[in-house]
Amino acid sequence: MSIILKTEKLRVEYRSREMRGATKVALSGLDLEVGSGEVFGFLGPNGAGKTTTMNVLLGFVPPTSGAAYLFGIDVRQPIARQRIGYLPELTYYYKFLTAEELLRFYAKIFGLTSTETDRRIPELLKLVELEHASKRPIKSYSKGMQQRVGLAQALINNPDLLILDEPTSGLDPLGRMKVREIIQRLKNEGKTVFFSSHELGEVESVCDRVAIIHQGELKALGRVADITGAHASLEQAFLNIIGYQMQPAS
Amino acid sequence: MNNILAVAGVVIKELYRRKDFYVLFIVTILICVVMASINIYNDAHIVRYLKEICLDLIWLCSLVIAVTTTARQIPAERENRTLLPLLAKPLTRVQLIFGKFLGCWLACGLALLCFYIFFGVLSATREHQWPVLNYFQAGMLHWFLLGIVVAFALLGSLIFAAPSSNATICFVIIGGILFVGRNLDRIALTLQEPVRSVVYSLYFVIPHLELFDVRDLVIHNWPLIPWTYFCLGLVYALFYMAVFLIGACLAFRRKAVN
Repeated sequence: MSIILKTEKLRVEYRSREMRGATKVALSGLDLEVGSGEVFGFLGPNGAGKTTTMNVLLGFVPPTSGAAYLFGIDVRQPIARQRIGYLPELTYYYKFLTAEELLRFYAKIFGLTSTETDRRIPELLKLVELEHASKRPIKSYSKGMQQRVGLAQALINNPDLLILDEPTSGLDPLGRMKVREIIQRLKNEGKTVFFSSHELGEVESVCDRVAIIHQGELKALGRVADITGAHASLEQAFLNIIGYQMQPAS
Repeated sequence: MNNILAVAGVVIKELYRRKDFYVLFIVTILICVVMASINIYNDAHIVRYLKEICLDLIWLCSLVIAVTTTARQIPAERENRTLLPLLAKPLTRVQLIFGKFLGCWLACGLALLCFYIFFGVLSATREHQWPVLNYFQAGMLHWFLLGIVVAFALLGSLIFAAPSSNATICFVIIGGILFVGRNLDRIALTLQEPVRSVVYSLYFVIPHLELFDVRDLVIHNWPLIPWTYFCLGLVYALFYMAVFLIGACLAFRRKAVN
């Protein structure tokens, strides 16, 4: 199994406005390796550093020290992003475009030929069940439909690695189920999926391995069954790892 | 280049799918048609005033379109978070800046073309002549001026986070250059040192947008500008566009986009 995503002693610091310019450590010495064909869950409470890690992987934020690689290429090089798909959390795509136009735009950026684009767009719209709304402007879409068009844009280049930042955030149970089905389908196709989520049940059902991060530090890494261990569920294990103490009911 | 054109295409689509341009165009048409229907004292020269009013409106509308369209580009991408999936693709930040610039500039060019065609039709109905080359020179210089404005507003959008503050600052600076820029050297002579040197330096640093204002050429049907000077004007505009775009690329290069 080849390594598709790798971080080495990744550290990110920034100056916090709330702390009057004091340095805040968002990530501290993060070492991760994700192999080809894996579905990897990246867990942590809010503010743990999940999105920061993704931002570094995608070249949005430069690391203070350490390095990150996608397919063995330094993430600071745009070519490293040629074979990845990315779905950010809560994005409002160009309201004045239709889903078809949006996908055509992203296909152009990937340098897809028009024949390939014409083949790929209906396929993706079918996958995310938006065929009926493909000619409608995105501004008329519901939140779930926007999330699905986001998933379609992440898949336009038939990526080998999919990075999903809380893909089911804000979706109803049906929407979540659909996203889960798509992840499962991608897994069956041999794609690598790296995703963050707060839905631990979802992570338990689709992930091969998980990493738990807290206050910028890696706290646990391994197979779901190994991390769950003696605990009743992944949620229990997660709460234990991040040091949460249950308050007794008064 | 393919990426730059793809980004530019989306900007152009945005302009013609939003209502701003249509509203400004219709308001200009209405004002000009009402003005054209009035024939004061049966004076044939009144057509010059009509042309002047129409061109003033075209200038105002084109500056509003250029600044408002450009000022919201990058901030809107950040606010709606579309910048994230965009930069997660093999698109460099320089390509994004150039795509946005090209899109806004071409969109302004299309809007300007509509305005000038209307202006040409309006003046032809009263003057029964169509000095196409005069219109071409005036239109091209106007379009290149808008290129400077677009590049400047794009740089501003990377410095000021809110589109409204950026647009206001751009309007104030552009208005200041258009109305006061040409007199800065004379103003400097009336001041004491060190302000005199500062104002004098400013005179040589700012882009002299007033050089591109050749409205009189079409209002009074003056002879054409020598083509050498015309081309030098375009080169002058390209130089300032390049300066502002390089500034924008440098400002955006290390900016965190999360």
